[in-house]
Amino acid sequence: MKFSILVNEGPYTHEAADTAYQFIKAALAKGHEIYRVFFYHDGVNNGTRLTVPPQDDRNIVKRWSDLAAQHKLDLVVCIAAAQRRGLMDAAEAKRNGKDADNIAPGFRISGLGQLIEAGIQADRLVVFGG
Amino acid sequence: MAQETQDRVSKKFLYVNRKAPYGTIYALESLEVVLIGAAFEQDVSLAFVDDGVYQLTKGQDTKGLEMKNFSPTFRALEDYDVTKLYVEAEALQARGLTEADLVVPVEVVSAQRMAEIMDGQDVILSF
Repeated sequence: MKFSILVNEGPYTHEAADTAYQFIKAALAKGHEIYRVFFYHDGVNNGTRLTVPPQDDRNIVKRWSDLAAQHKLDLVVCIAAAQRRGLMDAAEAKRNGKDADNIAPGFRISGLGQLIEAGIQADRLVVFGG
Repeated sequence: MAQETQDRVSKKFLYVNRKAPYGTIYALESLEVVLIGAAFEQDVSLAFVDDGVYQLTKGQDTKGLEMKNFSPTFRALEDYDVTKLYVEAEALQARGLTEADLVVPVEVVSAQRMAEIMDGQDVILSF
């Protein structure tokens, strides 16, 4: 089956990011396809490379980046939600006159249309958090 | 349920609004998805349940909160061909509200009917 995933909560505060990750891992292991993972609301904070969790804890952002590299996942951060919360790639930082960017490897910033399209293209869209 | 006509797939999208308008950002950002999604010409419905019914109430005054009152946007949904708004009767009643308290015409439905509406969708986005 072809799944799209929506992650609506940030890392560590809410279990939604963990549950989404575990769901995707399990789905891939069963041979399912992940069409796209879309990050919305505080979920965009899953995509900042500046998190430094304690060493004895899971590294949620790195886990996403590693999974994306391993399975060629399309991890998309909503641009409007990201701008509100200070998540930038280099192009967005330049466009908005900011002195830094912070997006983690494997993530890309795009519009809400990518969420709608993910819903249209997938057999199931599964929402985590919110 | 998905209707395929030539190369365009039309699916039934339902946006479920469960939260009050200003305590968290979910309601506002849900509306932003609805507005963007309207460009995709899908079969769109909105559901309002739990505290989500407060999003539609008349007379919202957000000046003291220093937040934008986005309730007028619901009146503009018609221009986007988003006309199916379902409000759960039990949620209204539990909060002492009636259809007359809302900013737009809606269809008030029982929780049981709401479940049937949800069952008939292809994509449900819950905020």
